[in-house]
Amino acid sequence: MALKGNLRDFSINQLLNLINLAQKTGTLIVEGPNDSAWVSFRDGKLAYSKMGAEDDALVAVLHRANKLTRAQYNTIKTRATHMSDKELGLLLINANYISQEDILSSLRTEFVGILHRIFTWVEGLFNFEDESPPPDGKITLQIGLENIIMDGSRRLREWEQLQDEIPSLDIALSFTDRPGADLRNVNLSVEEWRVVSYINPKNTLRQIANTTKMNDLEIRKIVYGLLQAGLVEMVRPVGVVVPQKPVLPTANTEEQKSLVNRLITRIRSL
Amino acid sequence: MQTVKMVVTGPFSSGKTEFIQTVSEIDVVATERKISSEAERIKETTTVAMDFGRITVDDNLVLYLFGTPGQKRFDFMWEILSEGMLGFIVMVDSTRPETFREARSILETFRAYAPTPYVVAANKQDMDDAWSVDDMRIALRLDPKIKLLPCVALEKEEVKKVLLELLYSILAEMEAGTF
Repeated sequence: MALKGNLRDFSINQLLNLINLAQKTGTLIVEGPNDSAWVSFRDGKLAYSKMGAEDDALVAVLHRANKLTRAQYNTIKTRATHMSDKELGLLLINANYISQEDILSSLRTEFVGILHRIFTWVEGLFNFEDESPPPDGKITLQIGLENIIMDGSRRLREWEQLQDEIPSLDIALSFTDRPGADLRNVNLSVEEWRVVSYINPKNTLRQIANTTKMNDLEIRKIVYGLLQAGLVEMVRPVGVVVPQKPVLPTANTEEQKSLVNRLITRIRSL
Repeated sequence: MQTVKMVVTGPFSSGKTEFIQTVSEIDVVATERKISSEAERIKETTTVAMDFGRITVDDNLVLYLFGTPGQKRFDFMWEILSEGMLGFIVMVDSTRPETFREARSILETFRAYAPTPYVVAANKQDMDDAWSVDDMRIALRLDPKIKLLPCVALEKEEVKKVLLELLYSILAEMEAGTF
């Protein structure tokens, strides 16, 4: 029987709990706001996952995990077009290209990483098809869900906190002129430096994220750190039309000042 | 008759309604409802649309004070209320540090709605467990240029001081030509 619903009513966390406790076998398809994910389970354990149109071929997974060089990836991709992942895996192990452990750990990182990503989806539709297997020829694993659920819950809380702190990516950043706020005295990671290099009131966070190829969570995490350190502040992006202006009964500056002075006099007399 | 408007905003239960009631010459037109959420049941009622207070300046000028609903699910009202405001006051409950982050977020939201002057009022400073204004400035990550004023929303003189500081900021921006 199919299990269908909306993530607003039943979260990914709840779904994984259900699959884990009921030891379900089948495939969960989640249609998120910008992408879709396909996740297969066997007896309540994660067996396989794939994110949208991302290449899930073993050779691509190994390349993303830095187990294969670009040249190796290109060569294998060209020569092994008709091979399943299982066949390719055996070939690579027998040829001493890579170890079985490398393959399994790369797949594990890939599959779990996809689940971590969908944990932050709060909008979207899901459909769990009982007994629906992973695609043919794919290498499947048996990864317990307990740790993934706990880690995902922590990420979800972190995500909610970051969303409260940085509600929109359509804002820009500028460096603060606070005394003592000097970037040269701060140890930044490579990723943080990449973001810092684009900080400018002309660039929205969304543009910086796209340019640096970061997802919403990654860019928010870095910006949150910079905000907490008092190095940057959020500003309205340059060029964005100011939505509203104060409405004063007069356009004349001297009359406006007079009006404010009348307000001051009145408040003082209260 | 000329009218101007100021907005009093801030997290749930930060004292916005009391602030307006303290200086309004009319009984505040409050749109309050009993609170349904257990998590937010630290007081009996909350503002769901707006509070509305009035101060008549003279025969030709009236100042209206609008209080925003504090609960997040009513934040669709914020943009409507901020339209055309002369300035805004962000109320923060000094005894509830768990609301500081939300206060900061509300402040940023209102700054995005309108580039008008604003001040932050550290309310409930008369309570034993109130954070000091200096500590609150750090926790709220407020620039030293932004006025963070100690306040007790039930004390008229303190409310007057907050309103006056906002008006001084508005006047200063007018003098500087940045208003």
